[in-house]
Amino acid sequence: MIGLGHYLVSGALLFAVGLFAVLTRRSAVAILMGIELMLNAANINFVAFTKFVSPELVRGHIAALVVIALAACEAAVGLALVISAYRHLETVQVDEINLMKW
Amino acid sequence: MSAWAWLIPLFPLVGYGVLIAWGRRLGERSPWVAVTTMVLATLTALAVFGEQLRGAEPYVWRTIWAVGGDRVITAGYTVDRLSATMALMVTVVGTLIFVYSVGYMRGDPYYSRFFAFLSLFCAGMLTTVLANSFLVLLLGWEIIGLCSYLLIGFYFRRRSANMAQMKAFLTTRVGDTFMLVGIMLLFWQFGTVDYHEIFEALAHGKSWSPAAVTLFGTPVPLAVLAALLVFGGPVGKSGQVPLHVWLPDAMEGPTPVSALIHAATMVAAGVYLVARTYPLFFYTPNHVALEAVAWVGAATALLAALMAVVQEDIKRILAYSTISQLGFMMAGLGVLGYTAGFFHLLTHAFFKALLFLGAGSVIHAVHTNNIKEMGGLWKSMPVTFGTFLVGSLALAGIFPFAGFWSKDEILLEAYHHNPAVYWVLTAASFLTAFYMTRLVAYAFFGSYRGPTHPEPDPWLPEDYARAGIRDAHPGSHGQNSHAPVPHESPPVMTVPLMVLAVFSAVVGVLGAPGTGPGGGTWLHHFIEFEGFREAGIQAPDFSWTVALRGLGVALAGILGAWGMYGAGGGRSEQVRRWVPWLVVFLRNRMYFDAFYGWLFVRGGLALARLLRAFDAYVVDGIVNAVGYLMVLVARLDRLFDTYVVDGLVNLVGLLTRWLGGILRYAQTGRAYNYILLATLGVVLILVWTLWRL
Repeated sequence: MIGLGHYLVSGALLFAVGLFAVLTRRSAVAILMGIELMLNAANINFVAFTKFVSPELVRGHIAALVVIALAACEAAVGLALVISAYRHLETVQVDEINLMKW
Repeated sequence: MSAWAWLIPLFPLVGYGVLIAWGRRLGERSPWVAVTTMVLATLTALAVFGEQLRGAEPYVWRTIWAVGGDRVITAGYTVDRLSATMALMVTVVGTLIFVYSVGYMRGDPYYSRFFAFLSLFCAGMLTTVLANSFLVLLLGWEIIGLCSYLLIGFYFRRRSANMAQMKAFLTTRVGDTFMLVGIMLLFWQFGTVDYHEIFEALAHGKSWSPAAVTLFGTPVPLAVLAALLVFGGPVGKSGQVPLHVWLPDAMEGPTPVSALIHAATMVAAGVYLVARTYPLFFYTPNHVALEAVAWVGAATALLAALMAVVQEDIKRILAYSTISQLGFMMAGLGVLGYTAGFFHLLTHAFFKALLFLGAGSVIHAVHTNNIKEMGGLWKSMPVTFGTFLVGSLALAGIFPFAGFWSKDEILLEAYHHNPAVYWVLTAASFLTAFYMTRLVAYAFFGSYRGPTHPEPDPWLPEDYARAGIRDAHPGSHGQNSHAPVPHESPPVMTVPLMVLAVFSAVVGVLGAPGTGPGGGTWLHHFIEFEGFREAGIQAPDFSWTVALRGLGVALAGILGAWGMYGAGGGRSEQVRRWVPWLVVFLRNRMYFDAFYGWLFVRGGLALARLLRAFDAYVVDGIVNAVGYLMVLVARLDRLFDTYVVDGLVNLVGLLTRWLGGILRYAQTGRAYNYILLATLGVVLILVWTLWRL
């Protein structure tokens, strides 16, 4: 029987993978993808809690949908920034974008 | 007309203002400004006097000058018979002296300034005369003091003139200080300085504070103390013993100034003040303040007459004579002879002005002040001689000249009220006749003993000589040329002499018996102190004994002096050999001046030196010690600042830099480092939270 714990562990693993991507990748696009993974890890938690704690209500689902919408927006804005940075600096490697560093 | 009396002092004041402002431009014309204003003042005074003569009521005008709490100080003027008569005398004598000065001072580099000072002098005197309160009086009084200072030192390049002006100013200041304290005492007791209010209160038996000051073991009531303190002012200004020393030295001024000071203004102010504030002296227990006045006056009369006998400087003889006559006036006032004292003030003003101007004329002619270098002048200077003789006879008290009548009045009053003073005054009047005869005998009779071609005037100040003027007053004979000496003075100088001679001869009629209603004298009828009637004091009737004795004493003085000095003057040598110590004693002015010089001048200098030493060693020492201490403290403070305060500041700086150096390594600028740290932090919080559960 698959229980709440399994979902939460898989969500936590997904989050850890996303975090690892954010921390280790140098490409801005890869970092954005890692952020998407972390958001989806949160979505798994929402949905899992709804299913096991209060199945008659759909609050977790709604929250998950909001997060998905947010993620879409975030991805759009983030990619737009990356493209803009690339146009100016000819790179998307975050450690090379150091204009503001003293 | 009395309401216009304020114009009297204002005219000369305006003259002063004009002369000070535009005197340089007016130049040779400046005396006419002064003479014009003085004549206007004289006419006003004449009109005011005429009104009083026709029996006008006393007029007082006053306005509020200052208010302090509930006490009001008024300023204004008072016109009554006394002040109107005095104002007329001052303006008439003043005008004559002004006219005389036009000739005497011509060619002086400071011609206009001289007349400016004279005008201010008269303005001050007239303010004093017309004052309605002690404070207004003091105002005029101090102007007089200032002007005497300025005029005595008019030849300011001469050191002796500087010394004389200082002496005059400081000596009179001693008296003025007493007077100021007296006025303060009156203000404290009466709450006012107005004559009228104070005298009203005195006449109605004002109760003084019972407080008494102990002087020399005797308690002195406040009433007496106030009177004596106020009397200090007249003692100084009128040259009474012991403050008479400045008057002979005041001869350093130009001769018209001597005439003005000695006749119409300065010294008269003191006597006038005593007459003006007579109730203050009268309403003391047993008239004790008046007795003090009488004795001061009598002593002054006698001592000054003695000193006059041995002087050789013509102006100094007249100066001591003035002191002596002022003593007569004071004595007259002191022996309840209110009218007599004032009468003598009037007559003396005329004949003393005459004598001084005559002396000026003589000095002008012979260029020396020493009577032993004159002689035989009656031939070459007939007008001066004639007028001078009239003045001398008036001063000696010979019938029918003015001095006889006024001196007789004083002697009469003294005879009745204070016989001791009477005998002192009789002795003084013998000496008066004696020294005047000596003066006339030396100066006008015998043969001329002076040089026929005079040296440049020894009185000539340096700047005159530099300006090419050989004569301090070359008005009559132009610059650098000199008529054979001696010679008569120009009309501008002799006419005032003649006018004054006429006055000196006839003004005594005012006080002749039988001229007033009821057989008394007219002046007694005109000016008399009201308090006498209430106190039941009658003016003594004319006495043949006193009059003849006075006349006899004066004639004896004249004959005695003529015997000694008239016929060759040989007999004076015998007398000198007979009492050499007396001559030395009198020559040295009875050592008054030496004593003051020793006590006050030397003493003052010694005290100053002592104080300077105290200043140099103690005060400066303390200041320096404080300075050194401060420097020491400052050094310590500097060390503290350098090492502690600066050290702390530097320490903070260093610490901050060191910490910054360490902490800068945490600021990598790489986002993933921060995220990693944030994650680790979250994990740590999580672990810690779970651990707590």
